[in-house]
Amino acid sequence: MKKLLFLLFFLSLTVIQAQDYFPTDSGVKTTENTTFAFTNATIYLTPDEVIKNGTLLIKDGKVVSVGKSVKIPKGAKTTDLEGKIIYPSFIDIYADFGIEKPKRSSSTSRTTQYDASREGYYWNDHIRPDTNPIEDFKFDSKKAKELIDAGFGVVNTHMQDGIIRGTGLLVALNPNASNAYRILNTKSAHYLSFDRSVQTRQSYPNSRMGAMALLRQVYNDANWYAKGNMKNKDMALEALNGNKNLVQIFETGNHLDALRADKVGDEFSVQYTIVGSGDEYERVTDIKATNANFIIPINFSNAYDVSNPLLAQQISLRDMRKWNQEPSNLSVLSKNGINFALTTHDLKSVKSFHKNLQKAIKYGFDTTKALAALTTIPAQIIGSTAIGNLKTGSHANFIITSGDIFDAKTTLFENWVQGGQNVINDMKIKDITGTYTVNVNDKNYDLTIAGKGAKQTGALKMEDKKVKATFSFKDNWVSMTLHEESGFTRMLGKVINVDNEMQGTAYDSLGTETTWSASKKAIEDDKKETSDKKEEKEEKEMTVFPVSYPNLGFGNFTQPEATTILIKNVTVWTSEDDGILENTDVLLKDGKIDKIGKNLKARKALEIDGTGKHLTAGIVDEHSHIATSAVNEGGQNSSAEVTIEDVVDPTDINIYRNISGGTTSAQILHGSANPIGGRSAIIKLKWGENAANMMYDNSPKFIKFALGENVKQSRSSNGVRFPQTRMGVEQMFTDYFTRAKEYEALKKSGNSYRKDTELETLVEILNGERFISCHSYVQSEINMLMKVAEKFNFRVNTFTHILEGYKVADKMAEHGVGGSTFSDWWGYKYEVNDAIPFNAAIMHNAGVTVAINSDDAEMSRRLNQEAAKTIKYGGMSELEAWKTVTINPAKLLHIDDKVGSIKIGKDADVVLWSDHPMSIYAKAEKTIIDGKVFFDLEKDAKKRVAISEEKSKLINMMLKEKMSGGKTKAPMKRGDINFQCDTLEELKN
Amino acid sequence: MKNILYSLLFFFCIGNSIAQQTPANKQSTAVSIEGATAHLGNGQVIKNSLIMFADGKITFVGSAMAKIARQGTVIKAEGKHVYPGFIAANASLGLVEIDAVKASADLDEIGINNPHIRSLIAYNAESKVVESMRPNGVLMAQITPRGGTISGTSSIVQLDAWNWEDAAVKIDDAIHMNWPGSFARGRWWLGEDPGLKVDVKYGENIEKIKSYFTDAKNYLASNKEKKHLPYEATKGLFNGSQKLFIHVTGQREITDAITIAKEVGIDNLVIVRGDGADKVADLLVKHNIPVILNRPHRNSDNEDDAYDYTYTIAKILTDKGVLVSIGMEGQMERMNTRNLPFYAGTFAAHGLDKEVALQLLTSNTAKILGIDDMVGSLEVGKHATLFISEGDALDMRGNLLTKAYIQGRDISLETHQTELYKRYSDKYKTK
Repeated sequence: MKKLLFLLFFLSLTVIQAQDYFPTDSGVKTTENTTFAFTNATIYLTPDEVIKNGTLLIKDGKVVSVGKSVKIPKGAKTTDLEGKIIYPSFIDIYADFGIEKPKRSSSTSRTTQYDASREGYYWNDHIRPDTNPIEDFKFDSKKAKELIDAGFGVVNTHMQDGIIRGTGLLVALNPNASNAYRILNTKSAHYLSFDRSVQTRQSYPNSRMGAMALLRQVYNDANWYAKGNMKNKDMALEALNGNKNLVQIFETGNHLDALRADKVGDEFSVQYTIVGSGDEYERVTDIKATNANFIIPINFSNAYDVSNPLLAQQISLRDMRKWNQEPSNLSVLSKNGINFALTTHDLKSVKSFHKNLQKAIKYGFDTTKALAALTTIPAQIIGSTAIGNLKTGSHANFIITSGDIFDAKTTLFENWVQGGQNVINDMKIKDITGTYTVNVNDKNYDLTIAGKGAKQTGALKMEDKKVKATFSFKDNWVSMTLHEESGFTRMLGKVINVDNEMQGTAYDSLGTETTWSASKKAIEDDKKETSDKKEEKEEKEMTVFPVSYPNLGFGNFTQPEATTILIKNVTVWTSEDDGILENTDVLLKDGKIDKIGKNLKARKALEIDGTGKHLTAGIVDEHSHIATSAVNEGGQNSSAEVTIEDVVDPTDINIYRNISGGTTSAQILHGSANPIGGRSAIIKLKWGENAANMMYDNSPKFIKFALGENVKQSRSSNGVRFPQTRMGVEQMFTDYFTRAKEYEALKKSGNSYRKDTELETLVEILNGERFISCHSYVQSEINMLMKVAEKFNFRVNTFTHILEGYKVADKMAEHGVGGSTFSDWWGYKYEVNDAIPFNAAIMHNAGVTVAINSDDAEMSRRLNQEAAKTIKYGGMSELEAWKTVTINPAKLLHIDDKVGSIKIGKDADVVLWSDHPMSIYAKAEKTIIDGKVFFDLEKDAKKRVAISEEKSKLINMMLKEKMSGGKTKAPMKRGDINFQCDTLEELKN
Repeated sequence: MKNILYSLLFFFCIGNSIAQQTPANKQSTAVSIEGATAHLGNGQVIKNSLIMFADGKITFVGSAMAKIARQGTVIKAEGKHVYPGFIAANASLGLVEIDAVKASADLDEIGINNPHIRSLIAYNAESKVVESMRPNGVLMAQITPRGGTISGTSSIVQLDAWNWEDAAVKIDDAIHMNWPGSFARGRWWLGEDPGLKVDVKYGENIEKIKSYFTDAKNYLASNKEKKHLPYEATKGLFNGSQKLFIHVTGQREITDAITIAKEVGIDNLVIVRGDGADKVADLLVKHNIPVILNRPHRNSDNEDDAYDYTYTIAKILTDKGVLVSIGMEGQMERMNTRNLPFYAGTFAAHGLDKEVALQLLTSNTAKILGIDDMVGSLEVGKHATLFISEGDALDMRGNLLTKAYIQGRDISLETHQTELYKRYSDKYKTK
């Protein structure tokens, strides 16, 4: 018995095709060279080239001939495919098929790892271009079957781990061949992402912006290496240079990341093919502008279970809309002319692929495009002409179906890969679906058969009452067992003719034999009609709610436009020497402040009566962490190479909440995790614009520095990073600036040098081209940084927080540094024990330019109140107090030529207040940026109503989905974290 | 002698800059404040008022036109404003000095149900944070422990005292508990979505609370063979002498909290935090349950909420007839307690009448905390805990105190911070 099993095992092995130059010891040498002919089929050579009533001829795994009049050679095995369709098998170029993702590094050490663990490779473990998954590849028969059953013939697989992930394998899903045949290309593409490798604990990078900076540095270093400038061997860079000419496939988690990846690629003339996430419809114009090819998953979310109204109201409109809008993604992409392939990536089960695709088609996705996205486009992206089509010479990878492959009713019969047959549903099995009248023992039953192929099942009824019965259909034999009160009846019979009539023998509980028969019922016309109508109705109900910018509650469906606005008879706080102008008119035109005066007139201007109201410049927040996907790159003690500009997030609701409080510009700062932090983004809070449009043109360059408790890891019990003391912080700065000087000297010398983004940034500081905004608390450290700067001949631009600035205000004034402080925060850590709310006033009196900042998404929407506190604490005049949130921060940010005051020629960034702007009772009624009204109290009220109406509609749609048997998921509430300086964790978006 | 004088002088100078302000002596002379606009804290305003107090109690409240003999020291306060001392509900002053320094914290005891844990004995009357309240008019506070399900027992103190015993206005006034939320955050460090999901254990969690109180009640009715300190501490809840402050947000959670408290026989309830209370106002009115709202200067955690949701909720609840006050809980709650007046100001900016907004810090709070027989308004017989401000005390620009009294004692308005202010202002002046 054992022997037999062994033999069977052996035999099964020999089924696998062996290379022809391999010796054979299991019998005589045989070579398969049968020609297969498929006749009378509709054949899709490509999505656009269709042959009706054609013949496909294959041999040795390739298409030999295809056409209407193909001569069938003698000895060919011919299959008549009358009424059936042949498509090229699908291709998925973003897969991890057969490659197990490595386990997370199991080290339990809590000490942060700063250095790389690999030797002879790049300094960062997350850069793994040398990964060649061929060694880890194991053909996964189970997964292959799933993919084959879904129509796939070829996948491009790779190790989904790390920022640079190495090369991919192009694999034919041929279960009957060895890797020698299946693997079509061992270096088919090169893969990247923003995600860290799980195989290492190396801390850098721990943010999106860090990953972006790292990629840039890797590209620079690879160039440097290619030129033979490195003394050492670096197998990672070598591999990267070797993979340069492959298609570069970049995985992203959302459309913002897709745009970010494209930006990095563009800087190095690399056009990535981007693996999208399904939310591209939210910013399709920007997606289009990348000019990238995309690979798009179709993992649609289920509706929320909204039957409990209390739980349902916690779900944000953004998340509800996603369910409604995402099935339209493919249609939107396709209508915008974006070239994309489809992937099963992200799907929990490949089985849902067709269902989701059918849904996308219902939402307007063209079926020809769908076929292209699964065949010719992925082939084109991967650069292979021999797959994804059925032209002569191509791989014999094709699907045989009963009809249109994207129709839910269609049966997939066979999926041939490399000329090998894989049966999905046996073509020979008759389709016996329908309703029958079964007659047995003088009784009539109704039998309804549904399903596909071997999985056709039947249900019995008698006079509309269900009859307990089993049903099976195999090899054209039907067998049923009825279980009734009278006992069991066993029935066995055969389908006898094209009309699927059945006849057979029945055995009752006593064993008595009788005959039974079944004949098909004609479908009643009216029934058919109703089911058709139902479908039609369903299609009509597929309303897709419009996308807003950003795509969440309070988003704009149309962006505000710059109009000429005349504000009449208002009290104007100029933040200039003019002080306050009563009963004055201000004209805003072409996005600028055009005129200030009395009795102004303007044609076609929107006139706003400002009687009793106050008009000020928009508030400028020197220190904010809103509108960003990341705050800290704390993986190293210096991160001068990273920039918040890379990760500005225009979808943050705090942007809207900030403009509701009159804030119009903000410096989005890196956090305070390390002494040399990252570069800033200075943005205008133009709600609804994309990240690029929010940033200032020719923005002044800034970088965050930090001192004190945070950078010396005071509250970490296992900090090992230098520096751990303020003494070390001084030396760290000295070290970096010394190196920056040396770097610049080398650069100027004309000798070749390794481009280092970090040092380039520091050189900018030394040359006064980039300004420091330094997180600071106690007087010793403030003094120290000024001395370090003076030693290197530059000036610190701003001390931010600067809570003990009042102790060294004279020194600050002398150095020429500004102070951007909190109005009254203190006591939250040891170094702010001597923080006093009089700080701003004392610094101001000593001649320091003082701003009041927020560092807090809530405070930044009422900085007018915080400015008022400088009147209470220290007695600043109202005019000077108001400057601390307008012209002063604008000066500190070097944007005072554009914003910060009401002055002719400056940007029309103004706020209309209901009251004295520093009164606690004041409300911002209109917030205008570049002459466009971005916040309007009246429009806000309308938006609230619209949100509630849209939610109600969506709730109804979700309830309908649930009632009609659709799957639902439990309600979820967004758990956004508001960032502050100390925030280390990073949000996914 | 000279040496001694010098060293004494030196001692005082140094002493002054390190230690807390010396608590004021008992009121020995009567005080009459004349001519100010008096905001009584009960909704009424008297322009050109006369307020008199002696032996720590208010003896007269009325118009300055009244022909009545002015008692003791007369303070002319034309153009100024007089207010009852503000009361911070649900505060934790004096329990932590510096947030990030663990050694300075006595806030959160371990254990789940700690009704026996009493805040009062840890209250640091000499905290620098506490003294910084007074220049803004915050003169009393309910000192509340945090953490656990039942956090412990609070007490109410006045903010000018040598020690906690002197500070106490009402000892062990209430027991505080945190009601579980029906949502739980995904464990993002395990790769879960950080969003909040329905907590499947919510039902189980509230059942646990119910059975704890039931057990406590049963214990109290038993012969108490073995003393059970936590259960003993809940006695006041069942005999009505103590209130149960339920810290809870969410319409569903508030409803559950009230239902279960009633079921176990606790009638004296206060809802604290209270987001979502606007949706169950009728239930609150029906059971006469007040709400201590969290400070409005915070972002609503629901993206679709109106930007002013946290600003307008006080108005909505007040209009529906709910008794509302303002509490402190969350980030930087202790140092921010001095901003209490501006929270009321913000509520006023967004719909509440200014005098009604003032009640949220005075008479309403006193009623909710059960100390309205002593404080909370300028009325004859109540504590002379009040202050004079240059302007509107709910507005940053007007909140400038010239005098403050606690139980008639003329308290210092100096702080660690004002001293540093003076020291460094002087440094630059003399330069």
